[in-house]
Amino acid sequence: MSKLIYLDNAATTQVYPEVLDAMLPYFTEHYGNPAAIYSFAGESERAVAKARKQIADVIGAKTEEIYFTGGGSESDNWALKATAEAYSSKGKHIITSAIEHHAILHTAQWLELHGFEVTYVGVDENGKIKLDELEAAIRPDTILISVMAANNEIGTIEPLKEIGAIAKKHGVLFHTDAVQAFAHVPINVDEMNIDMLSASGHKINGPKGIGVMYIRKGVKIRSFIHGGAQERQRRAGTHNVPGIVGIGKAAELAVANMEKNTEYEVKLRDHLIERVLAEIPYTRLNGDRTDRLPNNANFCFRFIEGESMLILLDQAGICGSSGSACTSGSLDPSHVLLAIGLPHEIAHGSLRLTLSEKTTMEDIDYTVDKLKAIIERLRSMSPLYEDFVRKNG
Amino acid sequence: MYSEKVMDHFNNPRNVGEIENPSGVGTVGNAKCGDIMRMYLDIDDNGIIQEAKFKTFGCGAAVATSSMATELVKGKTIQEALQVTNKAVMEALDGLPPVKVHCSLLAEEAIHAALWDYAEKHNIKIEGLERPVNDISEKEEAPEEEY
Repeated sequence: MSKLIYLDNAATTQVYPEVLDAMLPYFTEHYGNPAAIYSFAGESERAVAKARKQIADVIGAKTEEIYFTGGGSESDNWALKATAEAYSSKGKHIITSAIEHHAILHTAQWLELHGFEVTYVGVDENGKIKLDELEAAIRPDTILISVMAANNEIGTIEPLKEIGAIAKKHGVLFHTDAVQAFAHVPINVDEMNIDMLSASGHKINGPKGIGVMYIRKGVKIRSFIHGGAQERQRRAGTHNVPGIVGIGKAAELAVANMEKNTEYEVKLRDHLIERVLAEIPYTRLNGDRTDRLPNNANFCFRFIEGESMLILLDQAGICGSSGSACTSGSLDPSHVLLAIGLPHEIAHGSLRLTLSEKTTMEDIDYTVDKLKAIIERLRSMSPLYEDFVRKNG
Repeated sequence: MYSEKVMDHFNNPRNVGEIENPSGVGTVGNAKCGDIMRMYLDIDDNGIIQEAKFKTFGCGAAVATSSMATELVKGKTIQEALQVTNKAVMEALDGLPPVKVHCSLLAEEAIHAALWDYAEKHNIKIEGLERPVNDISEKEEAPEEEY
């Protein structure tokens, strides 16, 4: 394929060359196990310490509150399962939102099978959690509130500060899955009263297979992966030193360029949104118009189905994603689109395009041009569109 | 994930469109699961299917199975068209991924629904044709195996 326009940065990102350069020596030169006593391992140990500081600085945490994991999903599993285990004497009730990533939702469902009760708080039509519902759901036996920092599909940024204030007021722990938001938008664990936070390397131009968990000092959750004494005896397993160096470097770069990249991506994103809404009829934007990730655009095109659209986009060299059932392998479309109140047939026609700072205005215009033709073509063969046209002349 | 034939029928779907005053037309599937197929048939006085057209809302496999189903019934008698099963459609497409098998069932149902409409309009009974299930999800789940 000659042309490649990668607009699926919410799925994963390209590793920056600077990040790879920082990682490489830790494969071949400084390959020592940081837990070892000899001085040869000292370089690995220092590299891990440096990365821990780089991560801590992103969210205003202390270095001893940062733990390295195998990825965002592991961090989410750890936060929910270990909190459930450690605080079950206080209660067995957990609150989360209806639009969480499956790493949270499926873990919560697993906990329900093991004697815990979970309340899934709804969201408004823009995907923002209903704060009054959240507060009303708190009970004496509630031990944890877990709400994502920003939604992976529709890009809505959740009101973390308000959620944190509610959690604090009621003495409930607050975890946030920040996989999409970490190092993309400002987060401060103290200002937002966050007790635990999950993040991932490959969403910020770092490597795959490395994640982070922030655990506030005083939160008493224990180990989830058992074994050696790494990570203050809370996360066993030999340190993935190259991965740790990579996520640290990626986080440092992301924060240094956050303002510049945000400004750039918002300009492109808004151009994309404006053109699509103006030029393609029967289209809606999903997610909050202003409180949204700088790189996220998510649309529903009526009368068509998402997978067909993705295949045709792919043939034009454009990588996107959809919340249609056909792309998920189930019969139901995205739980996020259903939670914001969309009917099934509209939710099936969704398209998520997530930009990067490498995306150009030319890419966006090319994509919109192709998209217009694709939507037109699919509508021309859609019985739903045929019925609609007949009904409305 | 799709065979070359599926991609060919998705990219160049045969017989897309409508037939004015069709002998029979049937719509199956539902928007809830994300697949709707409408098939139009033009059947001559000798009971031969002269023309078949379709419109489909659905994934790549749904479009390809509709396209192939119209190809397979064209020029056939009603009885022959009834033999165009979901398996026949899948085989003609060199197979479908397991999660897409239901698309081929939908194609079979679309043929049946159009024939049923024809039979009702002409007040005849087609042997071996049962009232089609308009909503494919009312039927049993498709078997989860590779064909």
